[in-house]
Amino acid sequence: MWRALRRNPLSLTGLAIISALVLAAIVAPYLSPYDPLATQPLRKLEGLSPAHPLGTDQLGRDILSRLLYGARISLRIAVIVALLAGSTGTLIGILCGYFGGRIDNLLMRVTDIFMAFPQLILAMAISSALGPSLENVVIAISLTEWTFFARLARSRAIAIREENYVEAARAMGAGRWRILSRHVLPLSLSPVIVQATLEMGGIIRTAASLGFLGLGAQPPTPEWGVMVTAGRNYLPGQWWVSTFPGLAIFITVLGFNLLGDGIRDILDPRLRG
Amino acid sequence: MISYILKRLAWMVFVLFGVMTVVFFISRVIPADPVAAMLGGQAPPELIEQVRAKWNLDKPLYDQYLIYLWRLLQGDLGVSISTGKPVAEDLLQFFPATFELATAATILSIFFGIILGIISAVRSGRVMDHLSRLSALLGISMPVFWLGLLMLLLFYYLLGWLPGAGQLPYYMSRPPRVTGLITIDSLIAGRFDAFQSALKHLVMPAVVLSFFGIAAVSRITRSSMLDVLREEYINTARAKGLREANVVLKHALKNAMLPVSTISGITYGRLLEGSVITETIFAWPGLGRYATNAFLALDFPAVVGSTMLIALLYALTNLVVDISYAYLNPKIRYG
Repeated sequence: MWRALRRNPLSLTGLAIISALVLAAIVAPYLSPYDPLATQPLRKLEGLSPAHPLGTDQLGRDILSRLLYGARISLRIAVIVALLAGSTGTLIGILCGYFGGRIDNLLMRVTDIFMAFPQLILAMAISSALGPSLENVVIAISLTEWTFFARLARSRAIAIREENYVEAARAMGAGRWRILSRHVLPLSLSPVIVQATLEMGGIIRTAASLGFLGLGAQPPTPEWGVMVTAGRNYLPGQWWVSTFPGLAIFITVLGFNLLGDGIRDILDPRLRG
Repeated sequence: MISYILKRLAWMVFVLFGVMTVVFFISRVIPADPVAAMLGGQAPPELIEQVRAKWNLDKPLYDQYLIYLWRLLQGDLGVSISTGKPVAEDLLQFFPATFELATAATILSIFFGIILGIISAVRSGRVMDHLSRLSALLGISMPVFWLGLLMLLLFYYLLGWLPGAGQLPYYMSRPPRVTGLITIDSLIAGRFDAFQSALKHLVMPAVVLSFFGIAAVSRITRSSMLDVLREEYINTARAKGLREANVVLKHALKNAMLPVSTISGITYGRLLEGSVITETIFAWPGLGRYATNAFLALDFPAVVGSTMLIALLYALTNLVVDISYAYLNPKIRYG
């Protein structure tokens, strides 16, 4: 895997971006020159300077520091959603695929309904109903994401169910739970993990979009989408307020897409786009 | 074919019913209080009770649902809390602007997406290919709201080439409403000044909205064209001495269009999403902005109404895509 990845310069770039981002998020407290929430009334909307390399916002907060802390927020959202939606979706998908029957039918109709919306619209509806906040963004996006994982895990489980070694295990007297946990689950996991990497960029973009629309994280949280919105009123004079957070989102999503493309190419060369 | 379409339409009704139920319960089983949001924190308790009774919020959830369902069957979507008008009327009012925007963006996406994809496939592995693949990747990763703001900064504030907000300048009267599409209406009324201005207003939002679509369509066109160009019959066509342009555009393109039509359907879903954001940036008086405001104000009749309309559009597009499949590939027959 690593060797194949190394031959693909674009995927390597993606990997480098994501690694740098993770590192920045981890050491954010040491790297940030200022407290991301500290306002300085006398230094509002200052341009780029050695003291504030990316300028300050409308409350005099240092934009670089806020971006670094924002990386923590975006990555945390992406990871938690992937874990939450990935595990729930996989579990439901495997049970549906393995047992089939009426429950399978019912749950698949439920995924149909969830997939009948554009994702962002559904996330907006859920987030507004729960009350916009960082935690509810995670819940809202997870509720829109689990269906992809459920579909994927279900199709894997159906394929594995028919394999000879599962038949053999059954013949040797293994119970259904043992077959599920020892055979079906481990083998369904790898496509799910790939899918999770592919979804990361989309999750971050959806979270930022919710923040931008006022239906996600709320100020003063240094979430990138929220920061872009705050800067809208200061275009064109103080362009840096919303340009830099937007750039951060763009580079992050690009990084995940480059990496995801590379991983998919390696695992399934037919899909190479 | 007819029975297939009927089956799909029946299925669509079921899905819409499900969508309505999901959104209805999401928007009612909420910790946030819509009445408090409507009246503000300091409203007297009697007034709150009155408003609750008016919107049937004092009844059990189950009854509320049945009341809503019963009215829905009669074509009544309820009254919007924030605009005070029937939701159905509001949707009719706001929908044409979104339709106009999304159509313009779709045309741009498909046109430029296919051209870029073909160039990329024919010049596979060369500079043009790498450039167009890279730009496709950039397009997919670009957050719509950021692109919108950058374009606004460049073309409106700095260069002043294009107008920044709305469909017409404030000093220009709207042409009489016939279709609701401002470009068409101004042509019908013979108002060429309005037509020109409306087109200018349409350019930036449509380009922003089409960015993702161009990227998605060009990626799929490229890989699909590459597959088709390897087929035997393409060699045959070349061996017959046909010109290369003829081979690519007549023989290969039609067969390469099948996955492209699928992705166009998916792209349309993304357009509806994108229109929510684009309309917010460009103050475009469309469905996306109406829905966003409804979500922000917890205006639940408008929330349920607008999400249902969006789901309906989404489902209809998918149906059209599946039917166009059958047209493009006669091997597929639906039973």
